[in-house]
Amino acid sequence: MRLALKNEPNILDERSLKLRRTVVKMLEAANRGHLASAFSLIEILRVLYDDILKFNPNEPRWIQRDRCILSKGHGCLALYAVLQDKGFFPESELWRLCKTNGILGGHPEFGKVPGVEASTGSLGHGLAIGIGFALRARIDKLAYRTWVTVGDGECNEGSIWEGALCAGKHKLENLTVVVDYNKYMSYGPTHVVQDLEPFLEKWKSFGFAAVDVDGHNVNDLKKVFAQIPIVKDRPSVVICHTIKGKGVSFTENNLQWHHKTTITPEEVNSLITELGG
Amino acid sequence: MRKSCLDMVYELAKTDSRVVFIGSDLGPETLKQFKKDFPERFFMEGISEANIVGLASGLAMEGKIPYINTITTFLMRRACEQVILDMCLHNVNVRLLGSGGGLVYAPLGPTHLAIEDMAIARAIPNLTILAPCDAEEMKRLMAQTVDYQGPIYVRIAKGGDPVVSSPQLDCKIGQPVLVRPAGEALVITTGITLKLGLDAADQLATGSGMKVGVLHVHTLKPLDTKLIQEVMAPVRTIITIEEHTLIGGLGSAIAEIIAEAGYNPAKKFKRIGIPDVFPKEYGSQASQMKSFSITTDNLVSILNEKVGA
Repeated sequence: MRLALKNEPNILDERSLKLRRTVVKMLEAANRGHLASAFSLIEILRVLYDDILKFNPNEPRWIQRDRCILSKGHGCLALYAVLQDKGFFPESELWRLCKTNGILGGHPEFGKVPGVEASTGSLGHGLAIGIGFALRARIDKLAYRTWVTVGDGECNEGSIWEGALCAGKHKLENLTVVVDYNKYMSYGPTHVVQDLEPFLEKWKSFGFAAVDVDGHNVNDLKKVFAQIPIVKDRPSVVICHTIKGKGVSFTENNLQWHHKTTITPEEVNSLITELGG
Repeated sequence: MRKSCLDMVYELAKTDSRVVFIGSDLGPETLKQFKKDFPERFFMEGISEANIVGLASGLAMEGKIPYINTITTFLMRRACEQVILDMCLHNVNVRLLGSGGGLVYAPLGPTHLAIEDMAIARAIPNLTILAPCDAEEMKRLMAQTVDYQGPIYVRIAKGGDPVVSSPQLDCKIGQPVLVRPAGEALVITTGITLKLGLDAADQLATGSGMKVGVLHVHTLKPLDTKLIQEVMAPVRTIITIEEHTLIGGLGSAIAEIIAEAGYNPAKKFKRIGIPDVFPKEYGSQASQMKSFSITTDNLVSILNEKVGA
């Protein structure tokens, strides 16, 4: 499964390119951030917010909204770009990333950022919180769904598998885990640092209905997400094969772009140019 | 005390549909009636404390009031990050009911001893810490937890502890109880050490006639610094006694208040508690408390020495 997605540039449409340009501009404003971890997530979040989730940016705590947790909090630049695009907060906030007077930090915080459902950043927390959301829906007979996006490296954490056991036991049909399987961690390839394979089978054995999909193919993502729950009375997992740093030739699968603490004007220009800006 | 605590969870659940119970892998009879009456609000989630604290926080973010019970070390140590981030950073109404606070599990060895739980908990913003002295005080405090805002850690003692609290005295979360007015000395207690303080005060009153006040701190956090300062102000000798490491618990908290108050003349101050060691012996809670001199006899001896000096 590891090699299911070839390292070939998909043709990204203008929306995907624009969201990536926003990520670059945020990184430029803050002079830091996890760029590659955000680039692998763009299509996943874009499809969720464009086509799948029920929400109201003017009423972020609307009780019937779908709950969407970004458990891999370091991918937050992608989330911020999408939430702002949807109108959860003004564009000016994007350029205050990591500033003392801003609401957006290097990891997303509940209560500060409208649309952020849980404070994440320390990995392995989002799934359990999402299970709590899903159980509440069951107790109170509410129809909302809970989506938790995790990273592949995050799935090294024991708490993810504690949560997987629990979600499987409760047959949480209203819970979906989306894995951004970009195949790279900070140190190196995921299969070298801590191999997850057979990954799909692992989730299945924990009681999930599991599918995998090209995580940069918007149409495929739409089709798969629209079919959730995959199986009645089971939580779903969608393993999205993605490319870390997707969209720019020199950031794809390049460990140097996992996290940047500085970025030069030349780098910004090159990024924006490749992203059609 | 654990029984009273869990009985209260059931009582609260009967009148408030927000109350949810979550256990890990507890005894088969645990809250049987709760499970029967409110099956949709009863969860036994296995030995997975990180997940339990996380999902409880998720439920609380959705307006529920989850009460979690398991052995306290597995909550405050194993699931420490979930307590800090999921519960306390989100500042939600999860209640941790930690069984075996202190040296209760002495026969089971150091893996089960919760002797640094309050030090950990004190350092976590938003977390309220309750350490009742007996089952009756537990009931009175638990009754207040349902409408209390923010996360709470409840330290549960062994059970069967003699009842020393009085229904005549106000029992309010966040408010220390002046059980005996301060005299020549003041003993400050938390949890089951209230009894040791009262026994020492009685012994000295009937023996040498020394008047010893007793201030019981069932809420270690938030600590009512102003009230404690007022009670301590006229007293020269102050002793703290706790079933907890000397680092970071009641004694440390009182020392911080004294140090910053700048009393003149300076207070004579002593902390009684567990030194900075992993206990080496098994035995019982009582035998370990004796080995660490967390006893009435030691309290009396120190009071005699300090007050007489």
